[in-house]
Amino acid sequence: MDILEILRTALQQALGPQAIVFALLAIGLNVHFGYTGLLNFGQAGFALVSAYGLAVTVVTFGAPFWLGLIVAMIAPLVLAVILGLPTLRLRADYLAIVTIAAAEILRFVAGAVETKDVFGGSNGLSGFAGPFQAANPYSKGVDLGIVAFRRDDLWSLTVGWALVAVCCVLVWALMRSPWGRVLRSIREDEDAVRSLGKNVFAYKMQALALGGLLGGLGGLFLALKQASVVPTNYATLMTFYAFAALLLGGAARVLGPVIGAILFWFLIAGLGSFFRQSAGADGWIPTVIMTDTQASLIRYIVLGLAIILLMIFRPQGIFGDRREIAIDER
Amino acid sequence: MSADMTDKTDKTDKTDTGPAGLVGVSTEPGAKKPDPILVADNIVRTFGGLTAVDVDHFEIQRGAITALIGPNGAGKTTFFNLLTGFDQPSSGTWSLDGRSLKGMAPFKVARLGMVRTFQLTKVLAKLSVLENMRLGATGQRGERFWAAPFKGLWGKQEAEITAKADDLLARFLLDAKREDFAGSLSGGQRKLLEMARSLMVDPELVMLDEPMAGVNPALKQSLLGHVKSLRDEGRTVLFVEHDMDMVRDISDWVIVMAQGKIVAEGTPGSVMADQRVIDAYLGAHHDTDLSELDEEKLEAEVEAEIAQEEGSK
Repeated sequence: MDILEILRTALQQALGPQAIVFALLAIGLNVHFGYTGLLNFGQAGFALVSAYGLAVTVVTFGAPFWLGLIVAMIAPLVLAVILGLPTLRLRADYLAIVTIAAAEILRFVAGAVETKDVFGGSNGLSGFAGPFQAANPYSKGVDLGIVAFRRDDLWSLTVGWALVAVCCVLVWALMRSPWGRVLRSIREDEDAVRSLGKNVFAYKMQALALGGLLGGLGGLFLALKQASVVPTNYATLMTFYAFAALLLGGAARVLGPVIGAILFWFLIAGLGSFFRQSAGADGWIPTVIMTDTQASLIRYIVLGLAIILLMIFRPQGIFGDRREIAIDER
Repeated sequence: MSADMTDKTDKTDKTDTGPAGLVGVSTEPGAKKPDPILVADNIVRTFGGLTAVDVDHFEIQRGAITALIGPNGAGKTTFFNLLTGFDQPSSGTWSLDGRSLKGMAPFKVARLGMVRTFQLTKVLAKLSVLENMRLGATGQRGERFWAAPFKGLWGKQEAEITAKADDLLARFLLDAKREDFAGSLSGGQRKLLEMARSLMVDPELVMLDEPMAGVNPALKQSLLGHVKSLRDEGRTVLFVEHDMDMVRDISDWVIVMAQGKIVAEGTPGSVMADQRVIDAYLGAHHDTDLSELDEEKLEAEVEAEIAQEEGSK
């Protein structure tokens, strides 16, 4: 077994574009769930409208790239208002139901045959990322010994991690402020916050929009990196991966979602590589127990188990504060 | 204890003559007050077939401490919820300082200066005691989204808020718990924190829902002092309470609710002598004259007897 190869695969993914996408999605979910207590199961929908906002503006309507970026930033805000207006006055679980449904509706609309002229159907849209690739200042890729990145990947990573850093600083600055205090208080008890004269609905809307925008940046980055948008990328699985990353890292911590996303992809890729080498004809696991196909899937079982164990033994995640969880609320 | 005693005798005199501002007010249910801060008319709230609240007319006097008492299920808390916007009545109008509160969101009611606490305390468990207090301050610049990331815009105000919070925490004997999570406080301390937090809003009218439930006797004395000092600061207090000692001790006026209606009101002395109130709520054996000192004497006697019995064994 080649341990270096496992490590290489794991690191490549942990530092790569996938980790960036899910870090951004999870930072958004952290604002929703970690700080405000809003259960958004449709983060993929926010990513979708942002990615398609760029693609449709540029490809379908032939508008300039910068206008596409602006549309990509506004689209998740609009979605937040549309979802929030009817549901934020209701109990938390309604938002969860509505967001997951909305994300699925958006995905089906984007992939539908009837809307092919606008959204490109199940093949999606491409050919909008030219200006992004053209802005690449690197002349060649980089080889760090154990991991190497090609020229275009290096550019994506630079932009992506810079974006993650900016988002983290923004979340940090917001959450240490009285504004952040109101959000955390809403998470604890809405009625108490109302009784002190705060407009809970307005704050929840702001939190939903901010978290949605951050998630949208994740979708936008994915679109730019791949230079295409495909509806299947924005399935519910995307949201749940982001939630897994958030819980792994620790909710209500600025760096929790980032570390979580890195770790999530490290484990997914590392375990994948490990089982690929272990199973099959030349592996040490006999085919009676595990075949090649099973080996590629077992990592999800292991990861699921890991998250279950984490929730039982360290519910605050890796970065969470034990004291915050230990308190018996009622 | 002696200071407390003289205080009590003062009160007894007061209840006989009627407190200032409330002298000569009729003791009919729904009586008009000389200077009402809160006026409610025809408030009806039904849950299905059950009428939880049905109040024809209700006024509370500005600057006075009014107690709302009544048996369990009388609709006191529901009435509180209705007045503060946390629940909407089936019909009725009510106003604070002549400003209608009908259909107004709870946070707007609070901004007008009418702040409530809850029967089941609502502390923000995973925030520190100090953060709980700071949240209560109104008009915070740093609570606006665009100003929030820039500490320069709200840092100074935050320091002022913190000073005010520390002052209140010291008054409520919670200063030692300043940095602790509110979730680690005991039930009685949570009551204190909630009351202190409501004062961060600088309310004109404070509505306390069972402030004494679960608070130990020593703390109770200081809480009574706090409530009285609210009146001295010119605030109005309306509270729901089952602790008759407290009601007798600090309230200027008592309103009795039963089955959703106001059945009696008046000074503490007159209400507690009212046969209907005794029947509906207090019970025939409640002893209005048993002061705490007497209770202590009685307890001491009983303890002495027990000790004697044990000694003779």
